[in-house]
Amino acid sequence: MAKKETIAIEARGVSKNYGATQALKSANFQAESGKVTVLFGENGAGKSTMMKILAGIEQPTSGDIYVFGEKVSINSPVEAQALGITIIHQELSLCPNLSVRDNIFMGRKNLKHGFINYAHEEEVTRQVLKQLEEIIDPKTKVENLRLGLQQIVEIARALTINSKVLIMDEPTSALSSTEVDVLFKIIRDLKAKGVAIIYISHHLEEALEISDHAVVLRDGQIVANAEVADIDLEWVVSNMLGRAFKEQTHKSSGIAKGRDILEIKNVKILERGIATSKLYAVEDFSLSVKAGEIVSIYGLMGAGRTELMEALAGRDDFAHGELLLEGKDVTKLSVQDRIKAGMGLVPEDRQRDGLIQQMSVGSNLSLASYMSHIKRGFVNRATEKNKIDEAIKNVRVKTSGRNMPIESLSGGNQQKVVLGRMFLTNPKILLLDEPTRGIDVGAKGEIFDLLRERAEQGLAVLFVTSEISEALNWSDRIVVMSRGHISGIYKPSDVTREEIMAAAEVKKEGVRA
Amino acid sequence: MNLNPLKRRESNGTLAKFDRRAFIVEIRALVALAIIIIFFSLLSDKFLQYSNLVLMTRHVAMNAILAIGMLLVILNGGIDLSVGSIVGLSGVVAGYLMQGAPIPFTGQVAYPNIWAVLVISLIVGILFGWLNGLLVAKLNIAPFIATLGMLYVARGFAKLITNGETFTKLAGNPNLGNTGFLTTFAAKPLGIPLPIWVMIAFAIVFSIILNRTAFGRWLYASGGNPRAAALTGVPVTKVNIRIYALSGFCAAAVGVLFTADLNAAIPNMGEFSELNAIAAVVIGGTALSGGRGTIRGTLIGAFVIGFLVDGLVLIGVSVFWQETIKGAVIIVAVAVEEIQRILERRQKLKSAS
Repeated sequence: MAKKETIAIEARGVSKNYGATQALKSANFQAESGKVTVLFGENGAGKSTMMKILAGIEQPTSGDIYVFGEKVSINSPVEAQALGITIIHQELSLCPNLSVRDNIFMGRKNLKHGFINYAHEEEVTRQVLKQLEEIIDPKTKVENLRLGLQQIVEIARALTINSKVLIMDEPTSALSSTEVDVLFKIIRDLKAKGVAIIYISHHLEEALEISDHAVVLRDGQIVANAEVADIDLEWVVSNMLGRAFKEQTHKSSGIAKGRDILEIKNVKILERGIATSKLYAVEDFSLSVKAGEIVSIYGLMGAGRTELMEALAGRDDFAHGELLLEGKDVTKLSVQDRIKAGMGLVPEDRQRDGLIQQMSVGSNLSLASYMSHIKRGFVNRATEKNKIDEAIKNVRVKTSGRNMPIESLSGGNQQKVVLGRMFLTNPKILLLDEPTRGIDVGAKGEIFDLLRERAEQGLAVLFVTSEISEALNWSDRIVVMSRGHISGIYKPSDVTREEIMAAAEVKKEGVRA
Repeated sequence: MNLNPLKRRESNGTLAKFDRRAFIVEIRALVALAIIIIFFSLLSDKFLQYSNLVLMTRHVAMNAILAIGMLLVILNGGIDLSVGSIVGLSGVVAGYLMQGAPIPFTGQVAYPNIWAVLVISLIVGILFGWLNGLLVAKLNIAPFIATLGMLYVARGFAKLITNGETFTKLAGNPNLGNTGFLTTFAAKPLGIPLPIWVMIAFAIVFSIILNRTAFGRWLYASGGNPRAAALTGVPVTKVNIRIYALSGFCAAAVGVLFTADLNAAIPNMGEFSELNAIAAVVIGGTALSGGRGTIRGTLIGAFVIGFLVDGLVLIGVSVFWQETIKGAVIIVAVAVEEIQRILERRQKLKSAS
């Protein structure tokens, strides 16, 4: 246990509820000055919530925060900054329309005779970028930088603030390996200066390399705590996953695999957010999914899986390649036409892309298949009600009725609604992006059981996951992506967790660098 | 920059509360209406007379018809500033056709019968609304800007057609077979002016559209969460275009009714009426952010505005004060809801800590 005076920031008994879901359950966490504390945990374990609370973005439902031994309440990122706490966000928080310099000095005053001292700001920007070993003109607009460089700018901003606590939430997801090495050098410098660093990453080995102290979160609770010198990767993985997952064995779908439903051929997808350069988020991706088959795509943050799913759903264009649904080219179809053609979409962000918050459970369920209840222009409410009630029963939504507001449901049940809505359109293939993000363990199993049931009736399923256990337990084939490429295709029965992790960390120089 | 989407969502409250709130807003609008009626009936014994009620309701009806169209647009998170100008333009088109429309190159003049006049005027309104829709949905121009532009364009056309003057010869000529414009469109079936009947009919028809057709469901969905709606297969672009066309249609209907009512087609007709329509929609509890609102609430809102203004006229309040009071009522109507939201949030924070 660390000495009292070196503890820079501490959370005691912190809980956070989002509606019915408990993201953090009375968690204790501390970070020491001059040390890197790494926080491990699966998606939805509560890591980001903890960081947001420490950075003042969210307020805890209960519990206290102490900074250098003093109890504080941090109500905004500005207050956090005043206390010396800075966060590098997982999602970039840059203004793309502004220059690198303006982004770095956003929200800070640097005045000379009452006017902004641009010369000084530019000098500071140049210096910090030099420290990061990147040559970027401070006046370049951020939207013209590739994703990796945008992340560098985000890091640079944090470095120009002399903070005592620096939180890094997935700082390396878009960086090349050389850039990661530079970042680590800087982290070591900061440590020497006595900064407390809190580090979050899905790249486990990378995280172990840089950190001194490891903390593991699972389902909102701190489950393990150790010096990095005393532990290894296996310790991390087993603590992250816990018992519940290990006991599950793989269930293969019984039916003989049928014809190809979806064929993805030589797909290239441009990286987003870059106006000038031609960099690919996904390159040379080919895959086919058969009827009754469940295929998972595993990859770390920044592997290109989200970009792939967006393009498959029709929200983004292929730069190259084609998409066939039962042999028919659907590459040019809009989202709506793809759904009509038999592709079901379950987006990653339920709240933003899945649910209509103002509508009831029933209306959300019937939305995609609403046209089937229209006769001579008017809706047949009786058949709609029947279908909704049937769907509620089939996908086992726990609700007191179809007229309940959608927000009264837990995350897992909301996800079942999104799933049930797509089942009602009788899809041939279902594309799911992180189908269990932010839902509890029990509901996770139920979601996959539902997919399995449907697969046995011939539905093809393609899902993206960042949890290896999901890929191992629930799919018939695991496609591992790394830095925009397929780095391995496995059968769950003949592959180990470690092999998948190794494949996901394959570094392809030149793709991102 | 919103670093914190979750927090913002929280501050909007959960849906259960939101629904209750929408209900309260509607109730509140009804209470406001009751207060207005009681207040003015105490100050003036004319206020509750049948003839005055009919007169006021006729005023309300014109605004309510516009507000119904506006509701559709606002439900989708948009705004339509051009409706007042479309009222003027369609009215002028109707007047122009009644005066006789010269057919180019033939030297002849066409005198379409009143039903053709009605249809053409409505089509003009739909066309301009549809253009609004194209600008907003296809070119992604902000609704405020697109319809602001159309406000000037439509008004400009109206003035071009009349050359700035007023068409007053609307009676038609029995020899030309185009009589009956006034007797038909300013008729009083059962002693009640036609605009009131049209308001009732529109309210019923649009309620059915909103609640019983795919279009209605799509509108609420795409107004509530356009991203999610699009990913669910809702044709959000089509919906967006149609609502503006429908708003233009409502405005055109008002234009014809107004022209018949005034017995004149005035190019300035309907000026600023878009603002009254927006006020009615907002007082009726519709969120400007979209996805939530009803025809019923909008009608109540139209009555609040209409009765308030006519009541002030009746008790002899000066025109300047009328406007000030109307503005204050609009602000208070919306502010009360926001204040309640802030108080509830504070209470929640207090009980949490």
